[in-house]
Amino acid sequence: MQALTNRVKQVERKPMSMWEKMYLPAIAKGMSITFGHMFKKRPTVNYPEKTRPFSPVFRGLHVLNRDEEGRERCTACGLCAVACPAEAITMEAAERLPGEEKLYREEKYAAKYEINMLRCIFCGLCEEACPKDAIYLSETFAPANYTRKGFIYGKDELLIPDPVTQPEEFAKAQGNRAK
Amino acid sequence: MHPTLLFVDWVLLIEKAILIAIIISVSLLIAMYETYLERKVAAWMQDRRGPSRAGPFGILQPLADGMKLFMKEEIIPASSSKFLFILGPGLAMLTAMMTSAVVPWSSHFDLFGKHIEMQIADINIGILYIFGVVSMGVYGTMIGGWASNNKFSLMAAIRGASQIISYELAMGLAIIALLMITGSLSLSTIVKQQQVGHYYALVQPLGFLIFLVCAFAECNRTPFDLSEADSELNMGFHQEYSSMKLGFYLFAEYINVFISSAVMATLYWGGYDIPFVNDAAFGVAHGQNVLAACQAFSLFLKVVAFIFFFMWVRWTVPRFRYDQLMNLGWKILIPLAILNMLGTGFFVLLHANHWHF
Repeated sequence: MQALTNRVKQVERKPMSMWEKMYLPAIAKGMSITFGHMFKKRPTVNYPEKTRPFSPVFRGLHVLNRDEEGRERCTACGLCAVACPAEAITMEAAERLPGEEKLYREEKYAAKYEINMLRCIFCGLCEEACPKDAIYLSETFAPANYTRKGFIYGKDELLIPDPVTQPEEFAKAQGNRAK
Repeated sequence: MHPTLLFVDWVLLIEKAILIAIIISVSLLIAMYETYLERKVAAWMQDRRGPSRAGPFGILQPLADGMKLFMKEEIIPASSSKFLFILGPGLAMLTAMMTSAVVPWSSHFDLFGKHIEMQIADINIGILYIFGVVSMGVYGTMIGGWASNNKFSLMAAIRGASQIISYELAMGLAIIALLMITGSLSLSTIVKQQQVGHYYALVQPLGFLIFLVCAFAECNRTPFDLSEADSELNMGFHQEYSSMKLGFYLFAEYINVFISSAVMATLYWGGYDIPFVNDAAFGVAHGQNVLAACQAFSLFLKVVAFIFFFMWVRWTVPRFRYDQLMNLGWKILIPLAILNMLGTGFFVLLHANHWHF
């Protein structure tokens, strides 16, 4: 029969020789291989203590940003929700009341801002759509959770700590992707 | 009643009871850490790290495992034979522990003005006793598998039982060759002979090899773990078991590994003899108690080496097919053992004749 490719190898089915039938040499060889593996470098990364570095373009969990004075940047314009291909973002807008100028930068703000992390595909289009630089994707990813509900992140999870009152937490949460 | 029956040597009784308690708790402890070592060795050989979370280096892992097994729900299947179902793991554990009675763990301590032997019972038929108890180990598997009322369990139990029985034959024949040389069935005598002369592994290499292979089969360890072949029989004979009853079966296997390592070290590798050291001279120089402690440690090291070997083989050699297993047992090991026996007999006779035909 003509071979279809030139990579064909004829298999030889000889009966085993006496040396092969003794098993023991082959077992000794196998055991020397496994013993050698005991001293090889282990590729495992001890995860919680050590993490692999992310690439600079890694897109992880979202962060709702504040400005330098600690005011929320988001104006609840809804452009991110429109841009989102997975329809993971919902929000409710509210008007800023007198006396809340320290909390929100513009007259309108997001009273409710939710991202469903199970729907989100971490494409980063919300970040690109935002005219106020209010949302960006950080370098962490969503941790495991017990319920689906737990994956719907509200403002309390998304909002970055206040840079004025909590500068350390702010610096920690900011990451390298902040603008 | 006969007066001697009323007269009990209470001191001896307490001494032996303490010794039994020590040996049983030590073998349980070692069995516990064997599970840890097994997972570590498996990990090392597969370029992994192994358990490392519970305590430093994961050394509390066996405790966590034991805790988990105790917390699990105890399930006894409705269709099982209840009494036998509970008896099975108990029997497996019992037979695994009983073998430790005749192994000499060290020479003797001189404590409190007493001569304390480190052997629970120095019976003159020590090896026969071991064989008797080991054969009873089949019952743990067999009863457990049968009482589960599960086809897979029963099949696995039958496979396991036939395997153990077949390999016991070759094991016995390998031992007969050894006994021709020692002329004694007592384990302490065999160790004392090796302290003076050569280790019997050097005199009986083929016999040792056969014994080793059979010990693997007797312990139901890979490559002979057909009775718990996960790929074909789900979990084998302990499929219906949960909680600590399952734990008992797993524990019994590890105790068996420990004890058979100790027996192999005793029969073929000099037992508690310290290699490259003249034990008698060492004892005179440092005192009997130091000597006995060193000897116990030496035996411990030998046992650990064997345990490591058991694990090393387990994570290297794949499981035999059933027909291959039987071929190896009946067509290779038994003829080899008989040949070894005849050859040994020939040389023993020659030696007795002062090397004249």
